Amino acid sequence: MRIPVDTLRLANGLFVTLSEDHTAPIVAVNLWYHVGSANERAGRTGFAHLFEHMLFQGSENVGSNEHFELVQRAGGTLNGSTWLDRTNYFETVPSNQLALALWLEADRMGRLLPAMTQQKLDTQRDVVKNERRWSVDNQPYGSWWERLPALAFPEDHPFHHSLIGSMEDLSAASLDDVATFFATYYTPDNAVLSIAGDFDPAEARRLVEQMFGSIPRGRGKPPLPSMDVPPHFGGPKREVVEDDVMLPRLFLAFRSPLFGSDDYYAASVAGAVLGMRKGSRLHRTLVRDRQVANDAGAFTFDLTKGSDLLVVDVTARPEVSAEALEREVAREIDRMHRDGVTDEEVERAIALIETDFVAAMQSASERADQLSRFATYFGDPSLVNEQADRYRAVTAERVTAFARERLGPDNRASLVYVPKGDGRGERDEGRVTAVQGMGAAS
Amino acid sequence: MSGERSSPAAGAAGTSATRPSSLSPRPSPGAPRPYQFPRFERRRLPNGLGLVVASVSKLPVVTVLAVVEAGASTDPEGHEGLAQLTARTLVEGTAELEGAALTDRLERLGTALDASADWDAAVARMTVLSSRLAEAFALMGSVLMSPSLPEREVQRLKAERLADLLQLRAEPRGLADEMFDRFAYAPTARYARPEGGSDRSVQAITRDDVARFYAARYRPAGTTLVVAGDVTPDAVERLALDTFGQWAGAQAEPAPPSDAPAPVGRRVHVVGKEDAAQSELRIGHVGLPRAHPAFFPAVVMNALLGGLFSSRINLNLREAHGYTYGARSEFDWRRGAGPFVVSTAVQSDVTDAAARETLKEIDRMRDEPVSAEELSLATSYLDGVFPIRYETTAAIATALANLVIYGLPEDYFDSYRAKVRAVTAADVQDVARRHLRPDALQLVVVGDPAVVRDPLEALAFGPVTVYDAEGRPVG
Repeated sequence: MRIPVDTLRLANGLFVTLSEDHTAPIVAVNLWYHVGSANERAGRTGFAHLFEHMLFQGSENVGSNEHFELVQRAGGTLNGSTWLDRTNYFETVPSNQLALALWLEADRMGRLLPAMTQQKLDTQRDVVKNERRWSVDNQPYGSWWERLPALAFPEDHPFHHSLIGSMEDLSAASLDDVATFFATYYTPDNAVLSIAGDFDPAEARRLVEQMFGSIPRGRGKPPLPSMDVPPHFGGPKREVVEDDVMLPRLFLAFRSPLFGSDDYYAASVAGAVLGMRKGSRLHRTLVRDRQVANDAGAFTFDLTKGSDLLVVDVTARPEVSAEALEREVAREIDRMHRDGVTDEEVERAIALIETDFVAAMQSASERADQLSRFATYFGDPSLVNEQADRYRAVTAERVTAFARERLGPDNRASLVYVPKGDGRGERDEGRVTAVQGMGAAS
Repeated sequence: MSGERSSPAAGAAGTSATRPSSLSPRPSPGAPRPYQFPRFERRRLPNGLGLVVASVSKLPVVTVLAVVEAGASTDPEGHEGLAQLTARTLVEGTAELEGAALTDRLERLGTALDASADWDAAVARMTVLSSRLAEAFALMGSVLMSPSLPEREVQRLKAERLADLLQLRAEPRGLADEMFDRFAYAPTARYARPEGGSDRSVQAITRDDVARFYAARYRPAGTTLVVAGDVTPDAVERLALDTFGQWAGAQAEPAPPSDAPAPVGRRVHVVGKEDAAQSELRIGHVGLPRAHPAFFPAVVMNALLGGLFSSRINLNLREAHGYTYGARSEFDWRRGAGPFVVSTAVQSDVTDAAARETLKEIDRMRDEPVSAEELSLATSYLDGVFPIRYETTAAIATALANLVIYGLPEDYFDSYRAKVRAVTAADVQDVARRHLRPDALQLVVVGDPAVVRDPLEALAFGPVTVYDAEGRPVG
């Protein structure tokens, strides 16, 4: 399966990717801005995401509630999301509404600030604080989102701090911050625009040039501090969190090769061997055979700077203690670290990954997002067509080499949730007892 | 990678420094290009097995759903959760293959067979590359026709369900949904109890119950295979004959839905979660069955009330007041009357205010007709978004499964957009007046009683009762 990929770069630096598909009269528009929580300054955690909310508050020619309304009235779907190193905005619309989608994106890229008011900022600040309560504070295990990166990256590292942000920092965000962030990061030369689906290429190029061409290039963005970290944690790290939960749960992270590197694909397959679907090692041994876990999975963060993280996520059965769960998981990790994986396991993992990829690429929105992703990270959207081959090139030897290199005891960070009152170690003021360097398990 | 935060949003107008760049006028749409929902064919094998096939050849992938007349509504009294447990046990081994080996065979074909039961049907589903369809199809056949239903896996899956129920006690969203059902329906109604069963009913289920339920309900005449993707109807019929041709058994009767509403007026139910960072709020009552003649007006009305981002409830609670990250209303469409419910999570100290605003919006929908402008937001959205809903084989197959489960007319998808556009402002107000019933609303809050109880009493909505996380009254 290959999808067509064409590109275009405007004089102001905007990189555009185009992928035609006329099977249905719909088109996806997708913008990646190369800015995320990593770019936040001290004292402004959560700002990249709060700013994302502000982009739906109208722009010079778009009223307060209009952005959503215009797209929905056109029969479209839309949203945005913020990640550690990027922010994206996307809509899928009937193909006769392509111009509207592009115009809305261009108006907010070029002319956002005239629509910004203190009242809008205050309201979105409240909305985001409620998003934090909903997804982190009032959700069992919800704090893993901020605790795991904090455990896995050193304190001054751009990936260390909370993406959703602290209540204090959200309270401190000002309209000046909005103006500065906009001028610094929301510029055409820091963005990729992708269009996928049913469009006429000449018409799309003309619209893009007309709507985005006059937006001035940025003045460059401040360099991030060094992202480099050693490939291993240098010893086991461990944090125990007493939370309002009923069952212990372990997040076990490993530093792993950067997204897009050759070794990434071996790491990704190792993650699938460990935790993808019911035939994976962790599910087979811990959920099915030994019945010590209620659920088991694994995933990668897909980071392209510093280090990626491979994370194993296992929830205990009611009668199983956190220590026992950690021991059981460590046994499986040790086994893979020591003995590697088989051809059959790799074949299973790659087959599942390939089907998921093909099924996902049926959607115009997914195509556009992948094009933006590879264009943003590597300047080459056609890499989307190489993903299946890169996975197929992964051998058991390479996965075994990865396991030997990265799954050892010196590269494990454990975030352990235990039901309140079950905490080992002392309880201090808060709910958290952080015990670093105690030895993950075994 | 999961783990992204999504947002959306809006406010007033103001000024600030801007970049000089040219204005371009708002574009108007071109002529819409035609769209047809994928053509599909229905066939039936001599043993009664139904086939629905849509050829969609965009990418080399196929989705297969086996839809069986064995949903949670057919659970025997006292054994709620049996339908779900039976569906999940199906994929734990067959006469020829032990469970782990079966999983391995399927996953090495790049697919996974997931089986579960919702209220109206049990569904086994898989998406597979078309080159591997035949092998995967044969495995799906043995799962449906000769599952071994091993004792050990029945006990394990029971234990996993019990662990899930335990987790729910500390999970405010799921707990609020479960408690809402419990308070909105009569205690004897099946819909009052969780689809997957409660602690007690799941404990009571034995392997023999599973085997008996399977034997009674998994029959060719009560099963339809829905296939969408890169395959022809003839090829599917050949595969189905080869695989399922010898399967025998008469059709089991569908169970009548059990959807009696709670026999009381308005009540406030506070499910206590001390120190909760937020209140999970549910406001609603028993809604309408899927086959109700007012389906289209109800869908349009709900879109305007709380179905869309730009709906009244979301704009009020989120964009005007900043009480919440989001608020929505929905009709849960089932064969019986599923719930109509408004769901949101709000800052604890505005729980009463959020409830008051929601009630106001429900009243306003009943009291005044919507403007033509507002009506067209919902109708043009539902009309325009229609093709976007069916981009994938999984989405097409799921839509066709609903056709089967709810007995919708053959031209349902072809006439959908016209029926949406035909809904008038009078229809919307009429459906709101008849089917939004302020006197029957139940208000459920999972939150901190110390913060929310007094303000909710002061709201004077109805008597307030406080419960623990198991639903036992404590005050």
